[in-house]
Amino acid sequence: MADIVLTPTKAKPQLREATAWDQVKHNRNWLGFWFMVPAMGFLIFFLAYPLGLGIWLSLTDTKIGRVGQFIGIENYEWLWDDAIFWLSVTNTLLYTFVASAIKFGIGLYLALLLNENLPFKAMLRAAVLIPFIVPTVLSALAFWWIFDSQFSIISWSLKHLGIIDYNINFLGDTTWARICVIFANIWRGVPFVAITLLAGLQTVSPSLYEAATLDGATRWQMFRHITYPLLTPIIAVVMTFSVLFTFTDFQLIWAMTRGGPVNSTHLMATLSYQRAIIAGQLGEGAAISSAMIPFLLAAIMVSWFGLQRRKWQQGENND
Amino acid sequence: MSSVQIRDVRKSFGSFEVLHGVSIPIEDGEFVVLVGPSGCGKSTLLRMLAGLENITSGTISIGDRVVNNVQPKERDIAMVFQNYALYPHMTVADNMGFSLKLRGAKQDEISTGVKRAAEILALTPLLDRYPRQLSGGQRQRVAMGRAIVRDPQVFLFDEPLSNLDAKLRVAMRTEIKELHQRLKTTTVYVTHDQIEAMTMADKIVVMHDGIVEQMGTPLELYDTPANQFVAGFIGSPAMNFLKGKVKSNGSAGFEGPNGVKLPLKSAPANSEGQPAVYGVRPEHFTIADDGAEAEIVVVEPTGSETQVFAKLGGEQVVAVFRERHQFNPGDKIRLKPDPSLVHLFDEATGKRLNG
Repeated sequence: MADIVLTPTKAKPQLREATAWDQVKHNRNWLGFWFMVPAMGFLIFFLAYPLGLGIWLSLTDTKIGRVGQFIGIENYEWLWDDAIFWLSVTNTLLYTFVASAIKFGIGLYLALLLNENLPFKAMLRAAVLIPFIVPTVLSALAFWWIFDSQFSIISWSLKHLGIIDYNINFLGDTTWARICVIFANIWRGVPFVAITLLAGLQTVSPSLYEAATLDGATRWQMFRHITYPLLTPIIAVVMTFSVLFTFTDFQLIWAMTRGGPVNSTHLMATLSYQRAIIAGQLGEGAAISSAMIPFLLAAIMVSWFGLQRRKWQQGENND
Repeated sequence: MSSVQIRDVRKSFGSFEVLHGVSIPIEDGEFVVLVGPSGCGKSTLLRMLAGLENITSGTISIGDRVVNNVQPKERDIAMVFQNYALYPHMTVADNMGFSLKLRGAKQDEISTGVKRAAEILALTPLLDRYPRQLSGGQRQRVAMGRAIVRDPQVFLFDEPLSNLDAKLRVAMRTEIKELHQRLKTTTVYVTHDQIEAMTMADKIVVMHDGIVEQMGTPLELYDTPANQFVAGFIGSPAMNFLKGKVKSNGSAGFEGPNGVKLPLKSAPANSEGQPAVYGVRPEHFTIADDGAEAEIVVVEPTGSETQVFAKLGGEQVVAVFRERHQFNPGDKIRLKPDPSLVHLFDEATGKRLNG
């Protein structure tokens, strides 16, 4: 871009003022900044500000209806000695780990299946998405009924089949409750994993499989040596998201169990809500929420450094 | 190394038949090029040979063995794909050694095989690179290296040069031919480019609409095309075709469009007045006083030769001259086809009429 200062017509007495303004007008960085402002505004108001406020609240003793005082890390010290908090951490880790692992397994299986030439392929693909498009609360309510202690269709069926004599107390027993919420989460999360991995599978050129066929690969060897390695970048991304969504899950648990029985299904998100909004202890609730940050960062780091970067994906000659 | 026999092979996709009974004998060590316009079934035939497509009917045998129901990996063939199909996540060495690895070969056996192939193709300095880090020509060579490593009975090439730029294509053409002379492995090569076919083949198979139009050495096809399709397909610029009638009463001749008189060495028996197509290659025109008058439309000098597009009896023809004439658009010239080198085809069937 032409530099205004150098053009002779502008070399007049009021040179200095004009220069500064013209430079701003013609500065590409300045223009770039203005293009960025809307996006930055959204990020600041809807992400950075709530995050900052949450962290700030966690350092105060704010209660609902009362402005808090800065109390340093006292909230965190309390939590350190709080058995229920640690139970929720354990629950969250268990929930995330088990649900994500199974979602990955089923999702990958479904993706591979849907990538084959099946009859009614388009319809099957659409059907796989159903759990994903049903609002979470609706599916949670459905599961609530499915796992109801008296009217559960599972108990009813098993009783009629003569396998059990009495209703299973799905959401009243700590182990059963955990299994049920994990099951519901898997049901809801599989479509995302499956469809994303399917998209990844479709980027693998069919001629690679043909080449591998001629090279003498069995179906398993093709998966092991071609499909899986080529899919790892997408697996890394989809599993990072899946882990983040599962770790911060709230709706499903709150609609099904509210953290019960005996806090056995309390996740950090639900405990935080209970302490902050139900009990009014905003500071403490915020501290529980903020305690999730290190876990989430760790998950992102693992995916970023461990999985996402592949030498063969880099275009440049930089080995 | 092995001979390959393709006998009356047909292929249908659903009710649509794309190959209508193709028979091609391929001798041990021969370099056969399947050439034809897109959609003629040449790639399908190659993929059937590789085992990537089922054979609807007929037989394909490699050596003495009918391979119709033999798994691709058992056929002992290697294929070079149009897009190379290199495994992007493997180094050049791993790409080349993959088939040996799957076969359960020992590590040192694999590296010996890979090294030998890399030396043949001058790939040794690139063995640790990934496909992304290679140029088009290098990738092409890796794809060939992958085929060589396996030391197969038959090499199959599916339009391997069509993704390269013109200069590299010429270089790789020579390289593939040289490689074949060195390894003497039976090779089946598919292309739509007749120049590739002419320059590389021991035997060319011209295919069109699922049938074999003609089979033969490059010069046989060039000198005596069996029909109008082959005549038009082989040779560049393409052969000129002029419709008209055969004159056999008195001295043989041909009456072209708008009564243009064209020379003919001898007319087929009883052919007076028979409608036919007169074919003459651009390089078989000379400038002569007794030639037919033509008006120059465009002159394209290429340095080694000059292509002249002209109107002859109202039809556009192209002539190629090695000598440098001073031509300008609009000039009138007299073009005379060499009577011993012209071709005559039946107007209805396209079959060759003269010997």
